[in-house]
Amino acid sequence: MPATCIREKKMDNMENFIEVNNLSVLFDVRAGLLLRKIGTIQAVNNVSFSIKKGEILGVVGESGCGKSTLARLILRLIEPKSGSVKFNGKDIFELSKKELRKQRSRMAMVFQDPYSAMDPRYTIFRSLSEPFQIQNAHFNKEERRKKIDDLLKLVGLDPQHGFAYPHELSGGQKQRADIARVLTLTPPFIVLDEPTAALDVSVQAQIIKLLENLREKLDLTFLFISHDLSLVSYFCHRVIVMYLGRVAEIISADLIGEHAQHPYTKALVESIFRTVPGEKTKAPPLEGEVPSPFNLPFGCVFVSRCRYAQSVCHEESPVLKNTEHGGQVACHFPLDF
Amino acid sequence: MSFLEVRDLEVEFQVDKKPVTPIEGVSFELNEKEVLGIVGETGSGKSLTAHAILGLSTLVGGKIRGSVKFEERELLSISEKEMQSIRGAQIAFIPQNPMTSLDPVYRVGDQIVEGLTQHAKISKKQAKQQVIELMGKLHIPKPDRVFQQYPHQLSGGLKQRIVIAMGLCTNPRLLIADEPTTALDVTVQAQIMRLFGEMTADRGIGLFLITHDLGVIAQVCDKVAVMYAGNMVEFGKIKPVFNTPSHPYTKALLDCIPYIGMKKGSLSAIFGNVPSAGNYPTGCRYHPRCPHSSSQCETRVPALIQIEGGTRVACHLYQGKKDG
Repeated sequence: MPATCIREKKMDNMENFIEVNNLSVLFDVRAGLLLRKIGTIQAVNNVSFSIKKGEILGVVGESGCGKSTLARLILRLIEPKSGSVKFNGKDIFELSKKELRKQRSRMAMVFQDPYSAMDPRYTIFRSLSEPFQIQNAHFNKEERRKKIDDLLKLVGLDPQHGFAYPHELSGGQKQRADIARVLTLTPPFIVLDEPTAALDVSVQAQIIKLLENLREKLDLTFLFISHDLSLVSYFCHRVIVMYLGRVAEIISADLIGEHAQHPYTKALVESIFRTVPGEKTKAPPLEGEVPSPFNLPFGCVFVSRCRYAQSVCHEESPVLKNTEHGGQVACHFPLDF
Repeated sequence: MSFLEVRDLEVEFQVDKKPVTPIEGVSFELNEKEVLGIVGETGSGKSLTAHAILGLSTLVGGKIRGSVKFEERELLSISEKEMQSIRGAQIAFIPQNPMTSLDPVYRVGDQIVEGLTQHAKISKKQAKQQVIELMGKLHIPKPDRVFQQYPHQLSGGLKQRIVIAMGLCTNPRLLIADEPTTALDVTVQAQIMRLFGEMTADRGIGLFLITHDLGVIAQVCDKVAVMYAGNMVEFGKIKPVFNTPSHPYTKALLDCIPYIGMKKGSLSAIFGNVPSAGNYPTGCRYHPRCPHSSSQCETRVPALIQIEGGTRVACHLYQGKKDG
């Protein structure tokens, strides 16, 4: 796979733009009338990875695997129990309130549901001018109007759409407006949390093409979260596969189809219903469902559904090890390449 | 004679005293043991077609025209009382969201029993026995324990199996499933789809599967109907429709779906948006977005015609190439 190698090398030469080290977060779960603590969930457990400048890093996993929590941690929307997130070498968890506010203009997030991400009482124009006010960008009225008109054009909307309220736009238009709002302060790093999950496939394709163009034009770096492995493998350079708050595998997107080394990644690939008729999947690749986070299996968290599990998997939790192909895998018996 | 035959189905609603037809020109047939997939984007009329077959859209003030024949009975001309004896007993419906279609304050087992005792004259005890047996067949682990549980105690996949059990408990001949796996994870989706495959083969049920996921259709169905803006644009066997799509919309829709191994930058998108009901363009409803559009597409509605390979397509490109 020469093309992959060249790209990997090119990426290797660039220094890490974002570095995540041993990030963990615990959530208390409360219930009952007095909201007594009934347990804790380790939503993200000891996650480490890095993102290079210009890279699109994908995060996939089933619901409850901690992908969205990870996204929120990286933007410091929630505080971790331990670990660090370094942005250009600086740990964002050590920033003061004032510094953090400044940092916020350099990282942004596109949310899953375009229907609730915008204030329904604001016009698109007002929603888009708010970041300028918060970040004290001193533009006069005309400059601001011009800037917002340009942004709307950049994401494929008409400046006229600035006068509309969110409910007057279609799902795809709303998602475009949300992307425009994120771009107002030209942040170099954007977290995309399932930006197309609520959209139809034809609109999803429009948004993905828009994101491809924007990344090239504005030199952006993306963390792309999705449950759709086909989409992630198409759009991203590298993919993190998560299972119950832990990293199962980090793998180059080009290798995921044929050369996944973690049994869970392989099962996810086999679960995809491809649009090629006649290759009917005989047996579902995984039985059962993701275990409850309160009641994790001992040893490897995937052991209860893994068809390759052996006795050691019930006793010891596997650590993330480097593979020969530039990825990482957390499995006692990784599959052959 | 097919088991379910729908001809020129049309649904009309009155919106602001103006007639709006969200569904027009829908015709298809389904045989026993067959799985028919109906695919389209949001607002294309997939769910409404199912509701029309079940006679549910008349309840909310819609007018249905055309013909829906089920086992040689015309469903559109029978009384609501007769329809009630068919609905749930011979034609069952599995709603879209298992999270909201179960009553949170009743045990799931009792909710299945309720459906069964509505249509069959059996005692509660017998019904419970039958339901537990059915739950076992649907691969629900420890069915007698799950029977006693409340919806919030079950996972998404189990809840979906309970809703499927509700549909199947009366031994229906036709099952209509409205996006049964949209809310589920991919690994659970694969399990539920296998279940549907087993059901149609073992019980001789016809399955009418509504989904927006073309991958699911390709892997599970025998036939597919593609809907766009309330019209059926293509109908045929899975292989010809997916391997050599005829309608420009079917082609474009298939090109919008990324797959593993797809070259970066090669994804194509359909320009523009799906029009909403009431704002449909004249002529072919797809013409403003179609790369092959010509002047007749703007004025004349294309008829559904059969082309080579048995596929039926509603497009002016094929009007000269009629096959038998």
